[in-house]
Amino acid sequence: MENLQSLLHGFTIAVTVPHLTLMVIGVLLGILVGVLPGLGAPNGVSLLLPLTFGMQPVSAIILLSSMYWGALFGGSVTSILFNIPGEPSSVATTFDGYPMARDGRPTTALATAFGSAAFGALVGVILITFLASWVAQVALAFGPPEYFAVYFLAFASFVGMGGAAPIKTVVALAIGFAIAAIGIDTVSGSVRLTMGIDELVKGVSFVVAVMGLFGIGELLIAVEEEFHARAVSSRVDWKEVFRALGRLPHHGIALLRSAAIGCWMGITPGGPTAASFMSYGIAKRFSRNGARFGSGEAEGIIAPETADHAAGTSALLPMLSLGIPGSATAAVMMGGLMIWGLNPGPMLFVDQKDFVWGLIASMYVGNIVAVVLVLLTVPVFAALMRIPFAVIAPLIVIICVVGAYSVSNSYLDVVLMLGFGVVGYLFKKLHYPLAPLVLAIVIGDKAEDAFRQAMLMSKGSLGIFFANRLVTTLVLAGMALLLLPLVLQIVRLLRKPDEAAHEKVRII
Amino acid sequence: MKITAKLLLSTTAFMLAGAIPAAAAWQPQKPIEFVATAGPGGGTDNLARAVQGIVTKYKLTDQPVVVVNKGGGSGAEGYVYGKASAGDPYKVIFGTSNAWQQPLVSKVAFNYTDLTPIAAMAQDEFLLWVKQDAPFKTAGDFLKAAAATEFKMGGAQSKDTDEVLTRMIEKAARVKFTYIPFKSGAEAAVQLAGGHIDAHVNNPSESLGQWRGSTQRPLCAFSPKRLPKGPKVTATEGWSDVPTCVEQGLAISQYEQPRTVWLPGKVSAEQAAFYVDLMKKVQATSEWKDYIEKTSQVDTFLTGAAFDDFIKQDLEHVKQVAGEQGWLVK
Repeated sequence: MENLQSLLHGFTIAVTVPHLTLMVIGVLLGILVGVLPGLGAPNGVSLLLPLTFGMQPVSAIILLSSMYWGALFGGSVTSILFNIPGEPSSVATTFDGYPMARDGRPTTALATAFGSAAFGALVGVILITFLASWVAQVALAFGPPEYFAVYFLAFASFVGMGGAAPIKTVVALAIGFAIAAIGIDTVSGSVRLTMGIDELVKGVSFVVAVMGLFGIGELLIAVEEEFHARAVSSRVDWKEVFRALGRLPHHGIALLRSAAIGCWMGITPGGPTAASFMSYGIAKRFSRNGARFGSGEAEGIIAPETADHAAGTSALLPMLSLGIPGSATAAVMMGGLMIWGLNPGPMLFVDQKDFVWGLIASMYVGNIVAVVLVLLTVPVFAALMRIPFAVIAPLIVIICVVGAYSVSNSYLDVVLMLGFGVVGYLFKKLHYPLAPLVLAIVIGDKAEDAFRQAMLMSKGSLGIFFANRLVTTLVLAGMALLLLPLVLQIVRLLRKPDEAAHEKVRII
Repeated sequence: MKITAKLLLSTTAFMLAGAIPAAAAWQPQKPIEFVATAGPGGGTDNLARAVQGIVTKYKLTDQPVVVVNKGGGSGAEGYVYGKASAGDPYKVIFGTSNAWQQPLVSKVAFNYTDLTPIAAMAQDEFLLWVKQDAPFKTAGDFLKAAAATEFKMGGAQSKDTDEVLTRMIEKAARVKFTYIPFKSGAEAAVQLAGGHIDAHVNNPSESLGQWRGSTQRPLCAFSPKRLPKGPKVTATEGWSDVPTCVEQGLAISQYEQPRTVWLPGKVSAEQAAFYVDLMKKVQATSEWKDYIEKTSQVDTFLTGAAFDDFIKQDLEHVKQVAGEQGWLVK
C-alpha cells in the first residue's frame, strides 16, 4: 500500500507538461539512435549526459530513461527490416522478425515486436513498483558462482534447443568464446590473442561482429541467390497494425513466460541480451509451433522482444537499489546519478523518494509515450521494404561500414566487420548456426570471469557450484535444459529409428 | 542580460588568462577530442565529461570539445590510441596511474613515455572496507582475524591499484589474502554487501551509497592524515571520522590514485602549456569544486617536474610490489 501511495505521488511529479515534453524528446532521440546502427542506447545516453548536468535530477533521469525506451524500440526496427541488430539485445529478434518482414509482412512483424515489447516493459515496471525491496535482496545473493550458473543457464537453454547438429553448435560456441577472449583478461590482467595487432587490446566490439555476421553475411547470401532481387510489395495498412496487436493475447502464455524470464534476468542481473536469447530458446522448445521458428513465426518475435524489455526495465532496479548496473545503459545512467550528486544504493529509496518514485512513474508514462510514437512510425519503416534490393543493398553496406567505424572511430573495426561478413556467409553456407556464436561473443567473457572468480574463491574446487540451494538449483536447471534434447532424441531414436534418421537438420 | 553575462564571463576568462600570460602562445584551431580511457559511467569518464562541461560553459576555448570513450583493455585502448596520435595536439587523454602501471605488468603496446604528461588533477583515496555486520571494529581486529584464516579480498581489475594495495597490506601485516578481481569497484562493493567476499579497498565514491545504506563500513583510510571534513555520510559519521590506517597499526601511510591528463607524444612545449593552463582554469571554477566534493576526491594539481617526480616515485613503488609478486613482464 505504501508503495502505491508513493507511486501516486510519483505520478504527480512525472505527469507535468515539462516532463511529458522531455519524454517525447527523449523517446524520439532514442528511436533515432536505436535505428542508426553503431550508435545504440549506451552511446546515445552518454552523448546526452552532459546536457543534463544543469537539470533537476528527476528531470534528467526522465529524459535519459525515455531515450533508453526509445532506443530499445528503435533497435528492433533494423533487426526486423534489414537483419542488422541495432542493439545486442535485439539479435534474437532477427531470427523470426527478418524472415517475416522478407515474407511481405513487415507491418505485422514491427507491430508484434512493439506490442510485446510494451507488454514486457509494463511487467517490468509493475515488478519494480511492488517488489522493489525484495528484489534488491535477491540480487545480493548473487556471487561469482551464482553469476556463472545464470550464464550457464542462458547457454544451456539456447544450445540445447536442438536445430543445428550439436557438434556444429559446439564449434560455433568455441569460435565465439575465442573471439570473446581477445583483449585484456580481467582475472590475470594479461593481454590475450591480439595476434600482434596493438589495437586489438580493446577486444572485439559486439556491434562490429554482429553487423558483419548478420548485415553483410545475409547480403552476400542474398546476392548469390538473387532471392531478394525483387522488392517486397507490402501494402502499408493501418488496420494491420491493430490486427497484429489484437492477435497478441492469443500468445498469452508466451508473453507471460517471456516476461518472467526477462524480469528474472534483469534482476539477477544477466541482462537483456542473455534474457532475449534464453527466452527465444525456451519458446522454441516449448511452443507448439517450435518447429516453424526461424521462418517468420510470431512467437519467435514475441519471446525475445518481451524478455528484452522486461529485462531492460527491471535492470534499472539493481542499479538504483544496489548501485550495480544490469545493462550497459544502466551503467551510463549510474554515472549520471553520481554527477547529479545522488548515490545509487540502498539509501536512495529513503533519501530521494521524489527522485525514485518520479522515475518509476515516468517508466509507466514514458513507455506508453514510446509505444504510441513507435507505432506511428511503423508504416514509415515498413515502406522502406518497398525500396528495390538494388538500392537497399549498397545502403546496407554503407550503414554497416559507418556503424562499425563509429563504434570507436577505428578503421580496424571496419576491416573486422567485413571479415565477420565473410564468416557469416560461410556459416550460412555450411549450415553452422550463428546464434550460439553471437551468444558466446556477448556473454562468453562474463561467464569466463565468473567461473574463474568462483574458482579463485574455492581454490579450484567445483564443489562451489553446489555450495548452496540457489546455485545448485541454477546449475541443475541448466544441466536439465542441456541434456533434455539429447534424452528426447535418444528416446525417439529407440522408438522410430527410420524417421529420426531422415529428419532434416534445421538451422536457425 | 545576455551581454552582461557574456561580459562577466569574458572578464573572468581574461583575468584567469592574465594570471598565466604564457597561454597566448598557441591556440587550438580545430575541435578537441577528450579520450576517456574508461567506459561510459566510470570515474575517468566522469572526469573527462566534467572538464568538458566546464570548458564549454566558460568558453575556455573557442573550439568545440567532444568526449570519446576508449576503455577497452582496462584503458589500454585509449593509451595505444594516444601513442598512435603522436604529434596531434587535439587529442587529450584522461586516465589514471594505469598509464605507467599497466605497461609494467602486462604486454600492452604503449608506455607512459609515449605520451606528454599534462597534469594530475585529483586524487582518489583508498579505504579498507568490511561488511556492516562483520565482527571487526578496527583494522587491528580485522588483521588479527586475517592471520587465522585466509580472507577473500575483492577489487577492480587484476595487478592494478587495488591488487597492489592488497599485496602491500599482506606484506605490512604479514597476512595472506585471496584476491578476486572484478570488473569495477562498484561490482566489488555489491559482492561485499552480499557477503561473497570479506573486504575490499574501494575509493570513497565507489562505496559511498553502500556505507549510507548500512551494508558496509570503512575501517581505516590509507592516508597520512584523516580525510577532510565534509557533510556527514551516515547519521553519525563522515569521512573525517574514519581513522587512518597508521593510527590503527597498519603501517601504510599513503596510497592514492591520481586522475591524470596527457597529450600524445611529440607535441610542442607551447601546445602542452596551453592544456596545462586550460586545466588550471578548469580547476579554478566552482563547478570543479562541486565535482570534487560530489565524488569525494581530493583536489590536487601536479604538473611539470612535480608530476614527473610523482610518477617516478609511484613507479618505483609499484615496481617493487610487482617484482615481489612476479608480475613484471619481460
